[in-house]
Amino acid sequence: MLSDTDGGVDARRHPEEPDAVPEPPRHPEEPDAVPEPPVLEAADVTMHFTVRGGLGRTSTVKALEHASLRLRRGRIVALVGESGSGKTTLARLFALMYTPTSGEIRLRGEPVGPRRGRAAREYYSEVQMVFQDPFASLNSMHTVRHNLARALRIHGRAGRDDIEERMHALLERVSLTPTRDFIGKLPHELSGGQRQRVAIARALAVGPKVVLGDEPISMLDVSMRLDILNLLARLRDEEDLALLYITHDIAGARYLAEEIHVMYAGQMVEGGPTEEIIQNPQHPYTRLLLGASPDPARTLTPGGSSVFADVEDSGEPPNLTDPPPGCRFHPRCPFATDSCRRAFPARTELPTGQWVHCWLYPSGAST
Amino acid sequence: MPGDHGETPPTARGNTGETPPTAHGITGETPPTARGITGETLLDVRGLTVEYVSEQGSVRACDDVSFTVRRGEILGVAGESGSGKSTLITALTRLERPPAVTTAGEILFRPRGAAKPVDLVGLLERDLRKLRWRDMAIVLQSAMNALNPVMRLEAQFTDVLREHDCTLSRRTARERTAELLTLVGLTAGQANRYPHELSGGTRQRATIALALACGPDLVVMDEPTTAVDVVMQRQILANLLRLRERLAFAVVFVTHDLSLLVELADRIAIMYAGRIVEIGTAADLYHHPRHPYTEGLRASFPPLREPVRRLSGIPGSPPDLRDPPPGCAFHPRCPQRFAPCDSVLPVLGPVGDQQVACLLHTGGPTLGHARKERTDDALGH
Amino acid sequence: MVRRLLKDWKVRLGVAVFAAFCLLALLGPWLTSALLHQSPTRLDLNAVSSPPSSKHLLGTTASGQDVLAQLVTGTRESMLAGLVASVLGTFIAVVVGVTAGLAGGIVDSALTGLTNVFLTMPGFALIFVISGYTRGGGPVVIGIIIGLFGWAGGTRALRAQAMSLRNREFVLAMRMLGESRWRLAMSEVLPHLIGWISAMFLGGFVGGVLAESGLAFLGVSDPSTVSWGIMISDAQQGNALISGMWWWFAPPGLCIALLGASVALINFGVDEISNPRLRGANRALVKRAQEASRAKEVSHAR
Repeated sequence: MLSDTDGGVDARRHPEEPDAVPEPPRHPEEPDAVPEPPVLEAADVTMHFTVRGGLGRTSTVKALEHASLRLRRGRIVALVGESGSGKTTLARLFALMYTPTSGEIRLRGEPVGPRRGRAAREYYSEVQMVFQDPFASLNSMHTVRHNLARALRIHGRAGRDDIEERMHALLERVSLTPTRDFIGKLPHELSGGQRQRVAIARALAVGPKVVLGDEPISMLDVSMRLDILNLLARLRDEEDLALLYITHDIAGARYLAEEIHVMYAGQMVEGGPTEEIIQNPQHPYTRLLLGASPDPARTLTPGGSSVFADVEDSGEPPNLTDPPPGCRFHPRCPFATDSCRRAFPARTELPTGQWVHCWLYPSGAST
Repeated sequence: MPGDHGETPPTARGNTGETPPTAHGITGETPPTARGITGETLLDVRGLTVEYVSEQGSVRACDDVSFTVRRGEILGVAGESGSGKSTLITALTRLERPPAVTTAGEILFRPRGAAKPVDLVGLLERDLRKLRWRDMAIVLQSAMNALNPVMRLEAQFTDVLREHDCTLSRRTARERTAELLTLVGLTAGQANRYPHELSGGTRQRATIALALACGPDLVVMDEPTTAVDVVMQRQILANLLRLRERLAFAVVFVTHDLSLLVELADRIAIMYAGRIVEIGTAADLYHHPRHPYTEGLRASFPPLREPVRRLSGIPGSPPDLRDPPPGCAFHPRCPQRFAPCDSVLPVLGPVGDQQVACLLHTGGPTLGHARKERTDDALGH
Repeated sequence: MVRRLLKDWKVRLGVAVFAAFCLLALLGPWLTSALLHQSPTRLDLNAVSSPPSSKHLLGTTASGQDVLAQLVTGTRESMLAGLVASVLGTFIAVVVGVTAGLAGGIVDSALTGLTNVFLTMPGFALIFVISGYTRGGGPVVIGIIIGLFGWAGGTRALRAQAMSLRNREFVLAMRMLGESRWRLAMSEVLPHLIGWISAMFLGGFVGGVLAESGLAFLGVSDPSTVSWGIMISDAQQGNALISGMWWWFAPPGLCIALLGASVALINFGVDEISNPRLRGANRALVKRAQEASRAKEVSHAR
């Protein structure tokens, strides 16, 4: 029987016993004490796509507006939002698949322009991506060995003598053991969880500092998802990786990440330390999202009301070719005012370490 | 000060307006009770077995599946890919296509007004067609597949309505369509739209309205909200629950999302490798899962608000149904397996208020020992 | 994949016929001269226009040439023309189509423009004109001309496929590893196009054979060689149809049809593999299972 488990995971982050008291901030020294400089950073990036329609008509999809995000060593940042919120666009900007319309991507403070050839390879030796669908992200015609060997060879991380050894070490790191049984397999011979591990091993092969995870568990069977999350947590802890975890599942984001950023229709609406966002959400959209997420405990605890009782229709996210002006959430927002329709609010920093883009909070309150 | 809004999370009230209470006329009669669930059995599935036949031998996708659904009840079926849940859906509605073949079992269905239950397995296609929509309807994951892309919604609704009541005039059909659409929170104006002009959530609502068009007793739903976002999912399901209250139809709701089912369903059946391994009320299953697989599945969903602790999911991968493990199909992944698990096939039997197919619970001297271990495990080491 | 292909009886039949033709083309001329002691060009004046007999298994032409020997030699010439045409045509189609699909941008526009030009050119007429100009070149020259003008159709399909593959996640993932464009094309994309390419190759082959026959029939060919087209053309000029000499024109015609049919059969199989929807369930098995369950019910009821 091949084991698909994730063995020795450092449980530093998640004590086995539930905490009786509210969890202390996971990194008490941050963000107040001298924050470590970010490894990878999106500084005020905007991405508009031009789409050519029939009859020479063109339209612009305003996929991402003025988004900023910082990834630091040994930390996982979750980017949460529904489809069309711009979260994947931001990840792909980090992956240099597009050139931002404005703003810039910075690696260790240095702006990164469009790159090709050797320069691109250099960047990719530090930034890797794990895709959503492990059925699509591995070439069905190539074995595990091919994937790992190419990754190692391209980046000169293994010579002819030690390449086998290195590939086995990689498989070990993602708990695909015994490694001998996996190295010659084709993707269709592996389960979804195992494929995703291969994809992660391939990303790790280049020795990256940053890994971008674009919904890495959403296509997997439920029982395998936690294994992958635990693996990502272990990589953060053991290898000091900076991780971007993109998801639509806010409960999973909470399980894994130290920081949660919430996006809506291409705009970043709220962000901050995980527990603050979960327990004390400020932006109306964050509250809507939390209220809509499945939470069995809420229904089944004595005295808990049916979570469906008070759900009202609250409309749908806008079409991004013609988004509402100002805050794009305003047509669905119960608190919308004229200012919301006029302009997108500036960032307000809150004493809890959160920040929010919402007119309900006086701009510059504590900045 | 922002704190004012922080205390009670407001529900965002949108601009789509209230759902007008115009349900009468859809079913033609009033539901038995307000809540809808009566003790009466609507669907009684016994020993249902579905196989996929091929030259290499047949694969049992559903194996000896038995359960009942009462009138107005929501039965959730949870399972992973390959658990047989989708096969179950097609077999229930008799929509399975070769190479899938129902090789054993019966599906006793007793729609309103029927003197005695009919066995759907033995029914001819002609009689089945009469039953569909009127007594039993289906909602699939992809609304795009259920709706005809080149017809306006109204035409599709009219087709369905007139198929089962040819005396219906065009005008009445149009009125009913508008009524049905408002029922699921759409506007009557959207009847003139083509499916591709609607968003995914709206399309899925339209399919639900279409399923309810002839006032069925049973609606079978296969992952109806998997393709839509969480906010829309909650809206659709809230609407479904309200409609269930009013129209008293029963639902078989299949999904992989157990945490959603716990909130939605009255009872839940857990499937693994083609068999039901546990069935019970949502609360029982959530608080006291008996089968180790249920337990693992429940622990695979991180909590939203409760304190976070390390969870481990379920080790291993689901079995290959072409070559299922002997005994209990779950035993290779089971943390509590003991001697007979790899040779004895556990059958579904009552344990407390639940039904469980696990040797840990079917008596014998091993019971006490195994149960103790389980409790220790739940406390966590 | 090959093993799965060969499971289908249609594919097996197609492959068998095709292989038989290939063998015939390779060994045939040697067989006719060594075993039957016939040559395609020798005139047997004792047996002019004779029907099939023990001496001339497929009879003789109006000038006394052995039809079987001609047919066998013609197989080699016709198939050589087909082979050259399809190798060249497929090669150009793959290079142009995959490059355009993967590169995108200006390169794509330029190559697509070129493809469209070739696509809209009246191909056969051009081939006709040019082969008239190079008269005497034999099957290889004919094949080259056919290949040079016949690649455009397949190119568009390959370009579309390559374009969709370019944005598939496994290609993006390999690109993010820093894989070079050349290796992306050769190692990641091309293997997925094998089905298309082989279908295109087979189609091009038959197209080449047909085009060669057509040209030969129309008289644009080197009259000193023997090919199926030339045989039919000779038969036509010799009034074979009117004088009832079916053994002269029927064999080459049948050979062309058989070769085309064998390729079509192979392509059916390739299609079914790449598009599983075309594969039906095994009806017999399904029926047996249904009957078994019904029988069980009946015995249960009793």
